This record gives sequence, C-alpha cells and structure tokens, in this order.
Amino acid sequence: MSSAEAAQREAETGPSSGRKYLFEGSDWDFDTLRRTYDAIAEVALDDLGLDIYANQIEIISSEQMLDAYASHGMPLMYRHWSFGKQFVREERLYRKGYSGLAYEIVINSDPCISYNMEENTMAMQTLVMAHAAFGHNHFFKNNYLFRQWTDAEGILDYLNFAKGYIAECEEKHGVVAVEELLDSAHALMDQGVFRYGRRPKLNLREQLKRERERRDYEDRTFNDLWRTVPGNGAGDKPEETDEDLAERKKRLKLPEENLLYFLEKNSPALEPWQREIVRIVRNIAQYFYPQKQTKVMNEGCATFVHHYITNAMHERGLLTDGAMLEILHSHANVLRQPEFDDPQYRGINPYALGFAMMADIRRICSEPEDEDREWFPEIAGRRDWRGALKEAWANFRDESFIRQYLSPRLIRDLRLFVLGNDTTKSHCKVGSIHDERGYHGVRESLAQSYDLAVIEPDIQVVDVDLRGDRVLHLHHTMRDDVRLHDSAMAEVLAHVRRLWGYDVCLTGADAQSDKTSYNASTVRSDKDAEE
Amino acid sequence: MFHLIDRRLNPKDKSLGNRQRFLRRARAQIKEAVNRTVSERKVADVAGGETVSIPSKGIAEPRLRHDANSGRREGVLPGNKEFLTGDKIPKPQGGGGQGNGKEGAAEGSGDDEFEFALSREEFLELFFEDLELPDLVKTDLNEIYAEKSRPAGFTTSGSPSAIDVRRTMRNGLGRRLALMRPRLRELEALEAEVAELESRNPASETDRDRLAVLRKQVEGIKRKRRAVPFIDPIDVRFRHRQPQPEPNTKAVMFCLMDVSGSMGEREKDLAKRFFILLYLFLQRRYEHIDIVFIRHTHEAQEVDEDTFFHSRETGGTVVSTALDEMLKIVRARYPNKEWNIYAAQASDGENYSGDSERCVTMLNNELMPLCQYYAYVEILDERETGLFMNPGTGAALWRNYQEVSGDWPNFAMKRVASPGDIYPVFRELFAKQDGKN
Repeated sequence: MSSAEAAQREAETGPSSGRKYLFEGSDWDFDTLRRTYDAIAEVALDDLGLDIYANQIEIISSEQMLDAYASHGMPLMYRHWSFGKQFVREERLYRKGYSGLAYEIVINSDPCISYNMEENTMAMQTLVMAHAAFGHNHFFKNNYLFRQWTDAEGILDYLNFAKGYIAECEEKHGVVAVEELLDSAHALMDQGVFRYGRRPKLNLREQLKRERERRDYEDRTFNDLWRTVPGNGAGDKPEETDEDLAERKKRLKLPEENLLYFLEKNSPALEPWQREIVRIVRNIAQYFYPQKQTKVMNEGCATFVHHYITNAMHERGLLTDGAMLEILHSHANVLRQPEFDDPQYRGINPYALGFAMMADIRRICSEPEDEDREWFPEIAGRRDWRGALKEAWANFRDESFIRQYLSPRLIRDLRLFVLGNDTTKSHCKVGSIHDERGYHGVRESLAQSYDLAVIEPDIQVVDVDLRGDRVLHLHHTMRDDVRLHDSAMAEVLAHVRRLWGYDVCLTGADAQSDKTSYNASTVRSDKDAEE
Repeated sequence: MFHLIDRRLNPKDKSLGNRQRFLRRARAQIKEAVNRTVSERKVADVAGGETVSIPSKGIAEPRLRHDANSGRREGVLPGNKEFLTGDKIPKPQGGGGQGNGKEGAAEGSGDDEFEFALSREEFLELFFEDLELPDLVKTDLNEIYAEKSRPAGFTTSGSPSAIDVRRTMRNGLGRRLALMRPRLRELEALEAEVAELESRNPASETDRDRLAVLRKQVEGIKRKRRAVPFIDPIDVRFRHRQPQPEPNTKAVMFCLMDVSGSMGEREKDLAKRFFILLYLFLQRRYEHIDIVFIRHTHEAQEVDEDTFFHSRETGGTVVSTALDEMLKIVRARYPNKEWNIYAAQASDGENYSGDSERCVTMLNNELMPLCQYYAYVEILDERETGLFMNPGTGAALWRNYQEVSGDWPNFAMKRVASPGDIYPVFRELFAKQDGKN
C-alpha cells in the first residue's frame, strides 16, 4: 500500500514540475491515445491498485457502434431477426436524435475489448479509457459473479463457434426452422440460467472442444425420459405411487429452475442439433446473467474509477483545465438523477447510485462520523479505502451491496422513500422515509428491487406427467399476488410447448400459503377447439 | 498488455443480415403499414417519409414477466419532499398507478406500435411491389436503346481535333528519354562556348583545338536532335469514341387537367395525387423525367405547376384542345425516339357536346401510337359514387373513351371519388397486364 500512498501524496502535492500536458485541444491521434493510456494506467495500477485483464481498445465509427448495439454489444453473434429489430429501433432513435450513442462498449472478455467511438474528443477518449478499460475491466476480472459464471477467456471463441454452428444449421435445416427454434429459446432466456446452484464454472473453451464428441454421444445416449415414457401399452401401467413420483423427480433432477437446461437435456422433441442451439442460447444467457445483477456496481465502479483517475491526472498536471471541464461536464451528465416527480424521471440511475455509494464508502473509510461508526464498524475509519472498495467490488452484487453499504447519510442525501403499491387499492402508501426509523426499511426495499429473484418471475419445472399425456408441469411461485403478464405468458408457453413437443401447463401458487392462484395451459379446451 | 486497434475501416453493415431477416419476418405488416402511409399521408410526403410503424404483435419477443397491474409491490424513489411514513397518495385515474418507474418502463414496450425507419429504397420497393411498368410495348428491348457515342479509350489514328495532348506529350517524353535526345539546354551551352571562343582574338592553339572539338559536338547534337524529334507520329494518340447503345432513360409525363369552373379544390387535389403517384412510379424507372402541365377550358395552354393547380379559369370545356396542345408539344420538343411519353388526364367528365368524338379520333390516330401509356381519371362527386361506379354508365367523354380503352391496351381509365380511391386506382392502372387481359 505504501507505493499507492506515495502516489497519492504525489497527486496531492499538485502538478509536478517538468511534466507537460498529455494533449491540448480536442483532436486525438493514436500516439496521444497511447501516451494517455499509459498515464491512466499509472494511476490505475500504481495508485488504485486495480487488477485488470490485458486491454484491447478498438476505435470504431458510429455506424459500427450501431451494429454493435444490435448484437448485445458483442463483436460476434449468430444471426437472428430480433437483432435486426433492435438495430432498426436504435438506428431510428439515433437518427432522430432521441438518443445519443454510447461513448464506449466494453466486453467481458480476456483480453478485455472496449470499443471507443471515433467521434469522441480526446478528453472523452481519456474518460472512456479510464471508465471502460480500467473500471469495468477490473470489475469483470474480480467480481465473484463474473468469476464464477463467466469464462472471459473463452467467450469470443465460443461465440465464434456459435455463429458458425448456427449458420451451418441454417444451411442444413433451413433458415426458418432455425429461426423458430431460436425464437423459442430466446423466449426462455430469462429462465435459462442457474441462479443458486453451484455448478462447476463454465469452461466455454472446453465445451467447444467437446462439442462434436458430445453430439455423437448424445445421438446414442440413453434418454432417461424415453425409458419412462410408456409405449403402446400405456394402459397396462399400474397406478403411479408416491414412490414412483419421487423416484422420477429424482431421476430428472426436479424441480429445475433452469428451463432451457431441462429442455435441452430431457425434451423428447429436440434433435441433437436443436439441443446444441438451445445450449448455445443458454450459455449466452448465463454469460450475461452477472451483468444483469450488477448494473449499479459495475457502472458505479467504472464511474468511480474514471472520476478518481481523471482527477488525479489533472492534479498531476497531465490534463488541461479545458479537458478536465469537459470530463466533469460529461461526468455530471452521466450521474444525473431526476427526482421522482420530474417528468424526466426514469427510475434510479444506476450510475448515480453506484457512484454515490462508492464515494460514500471512501468517505466512511477516511472521514467517518459517529453514525457511520455505528452502522459500518468494519470499515469506518479504516484508512485503506481502496482495499475496502475492492472488497466490495469483488464480493457483492447489487442487491447484497445495497443491503450492506447503503448508508443513512446517502438515504438522506437522495431523500429516498418507499412507495407501496397495492393494485387493488385506489392509493399508494408511503412506507419508510429518510428518518431514523426508516433507514433499514428503505435499504431493505431498495436492495429487494435489485434482486433478480424478486423482479423476475420464479418459474420451475416440477413434474412431467409421463403416465398420461406427457404434459410438462411448470410452477410459478408467486410473491405478493403478482401475476404474470397474460398475453406474453400464453406466447411463452407456446414456445415451451414447441421445445418440449407436448403440452405444457403452468400453475401459479402463493409462496407462503401454497394456494393455487391460477392455471394456464397449452392444452386446447373443447371450447377453444370449436372456435 | 495493451492493444490499440483502428477498426474504422472494417466493413460496416455487420447487422445487414439481421436487418434483412427482420424485414423478411415482418414483411406482411410492413407492407400493410406502407400502404397505410400512402393512403393517409399527403402524397408529396410519401417519397420522403419512410418511418413506418407496425403492430408489435408478430415481431414481439415474449418473455415471462410480471404483470404491473397485479399484486402488491414496493418501489424506492428519490427526491422525497413532504411525504411522511403512512401518507396515502391517490393513484392517477385510469393509469393503474405505477409507483415504480422501472416497471413502468418495462410496460412501455408491451403492445405498442413498433416504429422504425425504412430506407427510401426499401420503402418504395414495397410500395411498388408487384407493379410493373405498363407494357414496354412499343419500346421493347430492341427499341429502347438509342445510340450514343461514348469515350472508349485511345487510338493511334483519328482526326486532329481528337488529339489527346496529355497522352501524346507523355509518350513523346518517354520516347525522348529512352532514345537519349539531347536537351536544348546542352546545345545552347555548347553554342555559347563556341561563340565565346570564336570571339577571342587572337585565338591560341589550344583555343582552336577546343573550338574544333566543340563544333563537332554541336554538329553531333544537332544531328541527334533531328533524328529524334520532339514529337514523333508514333507518339500521337487520339481520343476514341464508340457509339454505344444507351437505354432510353428519359420520360416525359403530360398532366392534362380540366380547370373549368366545375373542377373545384377537391377535384384538383385528387387529380394532383394521381399525377404525383404516376410521377413517383416513373421516377423509379427513368433517370430523367420531364413534366408538362397542360390545363384546358375551352382552350388549352401549357403552364407551370403552381398555376396548374392553383389558378382558376372560367370558360367552357373542350377536351380536344388539350390533346391538340399535347400533340404540338410532343412534336416540337419530345421526339418519340428519345422520349418515353406518358400522359395522365384528369377531368370531371364534362365536355362540349360532339367534342368527345373528336378526342377519340385524335387519340386513335395521333396520340396513342406515340404514348407508352395513357391514363384517364374521371373525378366523381362523392354523392355520385354509387351511381357512377358502374363503368357502363357515364357522360359522353367516358363512353367515348371506353372505345379507345377497348382498342388500346395501354389506355386505362378509372373513376375516383375520394383520396382513398386513388391508391387502388393507381394499382389497377399499373397492375400487371396479365391480370387484366
């Protein structure tokens, strides 16, 4: 830590003599970018002590940025119409000036690829490099979710494989067949991830290596399900006992929260190539899952890092005042948080919340007040705020991070309050507010609103009625009487049916009382059939 | 540790494949939206406005998600001003009261229309789909080509006026360098020295020797310069032109309209839409299009577009005057060989009694052989729609034109009563011929 402190001291002593500005004016060239990168790296590595993947920074044009938008920001993606839809939407918004383009896109890969727009001024390039190539990069490499669930080293190879494989399938089986399959698999992407189980870390590279081998194997493989599916003599089967049921569930590893995984392994309707495509979609869903859970932290980390680095560079006399002003201006834009009654309010800005919490952690470490000592005894007054932040970045996701670190002071600063909405009532009710009694409530409620287990429906495969019609039973565990959106649900069930090959039914029951609230099914009733 | 890569020169349009897939998938809806755009918007905007919105059904990507209008939920919001725990806030009426901005946003992407921009090409492609240019009857493939001479490289022979100086000089320079032609400067330097020596008086022995050597040299240089001329016939290059068949890409469109008092604003507006649709259609086929506006009452006159649509005239109605005027203009300015001639006529169907027969004769004998296509639109009063939609009935002009229509497949006629009729008319006029005959 001593070297970092020395660096900080140096930073605090003001511009050191003998060093010149890295750049003046707004134009950039590759030389300046390189020099600036080195200067940023000096602060990021020696002072902040970040731990990053090797960087690969690519300069792209705005058209290319639009292209990148349309495929989850990935440099490689298989072809699908939904990406085209995304593209025409973004293109229109951009051309009409409703939305600007991102200054950068960064990819969780090793080496860490970030795209910088050529239109950026040199000051913006500086900001963007500090933000993406160091902030996000450090987060990707160190956060436990990413470490556990994603394979940064293998992702590009895997996407390359996926793209080629799907193109090959289109050739062999027709574009329409592949498109339908992808439609169905995409509909289940949110339910195609492992949330809780500690499966072994995905090793995409190894998967790739074994793909062909596995395909051959699966052609021959003994399908558990088929064995239990009665043949023509269905009527001969004795009544199913509870043991049979338990045995079957055990064999199929039910209940299963990962619908795509279950279908890939057990669907009687899928051909081997279809299983492979479902697996591809599932792997990609899993790859993006950590990002969905860490928006606040990821952006907060990157914003904190760029803010610290650019300030340090300015203090060292590397950035002109003009460049620094431009950086601060765009920093402030990114952090804009309209209040709830502002027409521009679109929910809590993850950049603003993340940055505020991380700056707050630094404050608690270095200048704690009594309140902080009471709330955060582990870090209050701990001089090493860098270490405290790095621990937070490494070991939390949004939900747990907020639950752990949201301070009363920040709640007061943002004047957060909880609003309860019971859809059966004619009014909303204000819950906890920023007062002594409310801090815990606000914190709990805010943390919950970032918990994907709460905001996404909890759907599991619970049973397959093998004796009779092979209907797949899904179970929706409902909280607070929140139902599923009806029309979307019907469509998704139709997609599940396509992947499963037989009818599917979904039961919604309350989490506590287990009382059934609704039933939905793809089985056509007689009445439907008449219509 | 760090790579900086310039990707700007990489191919763009990486999403082109996805975009095409999307357009293909939503084709039916997009086409419908395009048709709607055409009938709803002002025709002048049609070509420019390419934003279409289609129902998101069919291109929806359904996911299982919570219904914002059910159950109980909590949200945290910033910027509390006066709320205290336990306050009750009435929900806005009708909106279902979403306290949580986040879920409100997720809702927004629900059943709305999906709006996006088609490129002009994509838009018009759909707009004109399965329409074909009416019978390139006369100008079939052999005739559509006119000859035109175009630059076609260089030759070694030709007329002096076609000499390409640059190339000729370049060849000369190359030849002179290769054959080592002495430069004028060398010659001048030697001659100057000779002159200097000659002027010395008395000349010494060495001077005389030197003079002899120099004179010999000068002689040699002069000879060589004569042998290797500055420009040799083999240097000369001529621009070559070759007659090339050229597609006849010019079209002229005649807009004929009755502007007598019986044609009101509504009628003119309908006519205008009809003309513009034809224009748009031609624009797709021809590089260059001229439009001639001819208005007529009992006499006809060529006018500019503004006058055509906006000024009012009084007088009777003699349709044949417009045909006369058109014929005159065709003969004077638009030779049939170079121009594809289209005519669009709009009228309310009135004509001076006896003139209609004259029109038929003129069309049959003079105009129809010249025209690629002749479209006639009779604009009906909305109240007459029911009465006159039957093509068998009608005023003299209509009845007489029907004879022409029978004789000439490239003559089309139609009645319209409202803006909504125009597009179907347009389609029918230009629908593939096989659907008609």
